[in-house]
Amino acid sequence: MRADKQGLYIAACHNDFAAYPRQARDGTLLMNHMAKRTRYSAWNLLAASPSHADWAPVWLDAEPKSRYDVVIIGGGGHGLATAYYLAKNHGMTNIAVLDKGWIGGGNTGRNTTIVRSNYLYPESARLYDFSVKLYEDLSRELNFNIMFSQRGLITLAHTRHDLDNISRWANAMRFNGIDAEILDAEKVRELAPRLNFDSGARFPILGGFTQRRAGSVRHDAVAWGYARGASRLGVDIIQNCAVTGFIRQGERVVGVHTNRGGVAGEIRADKVAAAVAGHSSQIAAMAGFRLPVTSYALQAMVSEPVKPVLDTVVLSPAVGAYWSQSGKGEVVIGGGLDLFPSYAQRGSFATSQMVLAATAEMFPSFGRLRLMRQWAGIVDVVQDSGPIIGATPAPGLYLNCGWGTGGFKAIPVGGWTLAHLLATGRNHELAEPFQLARFHTGRLIDEAAAAGIAH
Amino acid sequence: MMTIACPWCGARPENEFHCGGTSHIQRPPLDCSDATWGDYLFVRANPCGLHAERWRHSYGCGQWFNLLRDTGTHEIKAVYAMTAPMPEPAPEAGP
Repeated sequence: MRADKQGLYIAACHNDFAAYPRQARDGTLLMNHMAKRTRYSAWNLLAASPSHADWAPVWLDAEPKSRYDVVIIGGGGHGLATAYYLAKNHGMTNIAVLDKGWIGGGNTGRNTTIVRSNYLYPESARLYDFSVKLYEDLSRELNFNIMFSQRGLITLAHTRHDLDNISRWANAMRFNGIDAEILDAEKVRELAPRLNFDSGARFPILGGFTQRRAGSVRHDAVAWGYARGASRLGVDIIQNCAVTGFIRQGERVVGVHTNRGGVAGEIRADKVAAAVAGHSSQIAAMAGFRLPVTSYALQAMVSEPVKPVLDTVVLSPAVGAYWSQSGKGEVVIGGGLDLFPSYAQRGSFATSQMVLAATAEMFPSFGRLRLMRQWAGIVDVVQDSGPIIGATPAPGLYLNCGWGTGGFKAIPVGGWTLAHLLATGRNHELAEPFQLARFHTGRLIDEAAAAGIAH
Repeated sequence: MMTIACPWCGARPENEFHCGGTSHIQRPPLDCSDATWGDYLFVRANPCGLHAERWRHSYGCGQWFNLLRDTGTHEIKAVYAMTAPMPEPAPEAGP
């Protein structure tokens, strides 16, 4: 290695360390003075102390200050991504992310981890494909392995009508510059041989289409990766801190009251943003307005882990369920909504039964698997199944919600566009069509039919 | 699974029914503003707690009726006729 290159290499290694223990606000040190390893790399893995005790914590659990430039309510993917991009893209670091529980403990930890951009209309195609592209580079960007496995998503056709529909759908995607490949039945069989190709199948498989760039991501890693990136740039991540109301100055929202109580529970901010999915209506109610949102429970479940049986994602719009296999070997099963308003994070047995009946029908061999876990997340469904990323009727309060059943795939773009709005005061061009005003003008972006499942 | 007491058929399992959303929504005059009309069509209270909502016994008698149901616990507090006023305890009226 030449000397100058070696110099660069050593400089790079030095950047891998940080005097990580920061001074707490009362002047005491949070940790001892030892430099900690911060960057994940083969070099640092080999060079770490035998006990690996010299790694820096992934993020710092902060105590709230009395004032921030921006307070973000919700420490899920969207909230943490917003904080990260505010710091990274816009240089704003006096930011707090508040979570009423623990980060990534809401829908970020409850989804089926599918990432895709198979939408019909140009506005949503642009938005979601930007998100897929950010996901494609996210492991490198965050220096945190989010395990994006682009294994493709096959949408099945069971009838002549379905075949026409998927042609339209796949062609619309290609017009929008997004990959889509129409498959005949034989090709589907090659990709997912365990599907039910029996001549007497209740839902015969006539074909389908696949978006090969779609796939699955390790969901917790997205929350942890963004949290680590944001924390390292100086963002305060505050857990077990629920917002109980807003501090107002006239009409304007100038901060939040939290369950920490009293003066200690008051956090002032120039701007407040909420990224709380199914609980958005409650935040809006605290601020004195209502949203075009209804909250529903969306279920998911996993089987016991087994050896590799399914190396793509399969969706059958007709039966309202979709399947993939996690890196740990569990068959991950997602279904449609429990079709009545709910804030109970459990889901009803009637819907589980339908989804599991569909699973046993579509994948006969899965009928022998034991179900390991079943749960639900509360999703924020709007009429056109498009998100809301923008200002609200309460000046100073901004919103990222309305992703409905598909918020996980949108985490990078949700954070990117909300950060842009908070930092510049202007909507990001990708978010411009997705304002609250569309429910008054009637300019809806009706994707309700596009993804087969609920939206 | 919820057990819903249909006023005509008695207690039946939830999957015989279809939820029709928030009840007691009043249509504004047709010459109202776009904002009022948009709110009427799309905006809902969406409370975590008591919610007055329409249900239909789709796989039974086919009749519509109202429920007063807690969206947090799924507990049904009252069953009442489509045209009847909301019984006490009153939740937030929607939209």
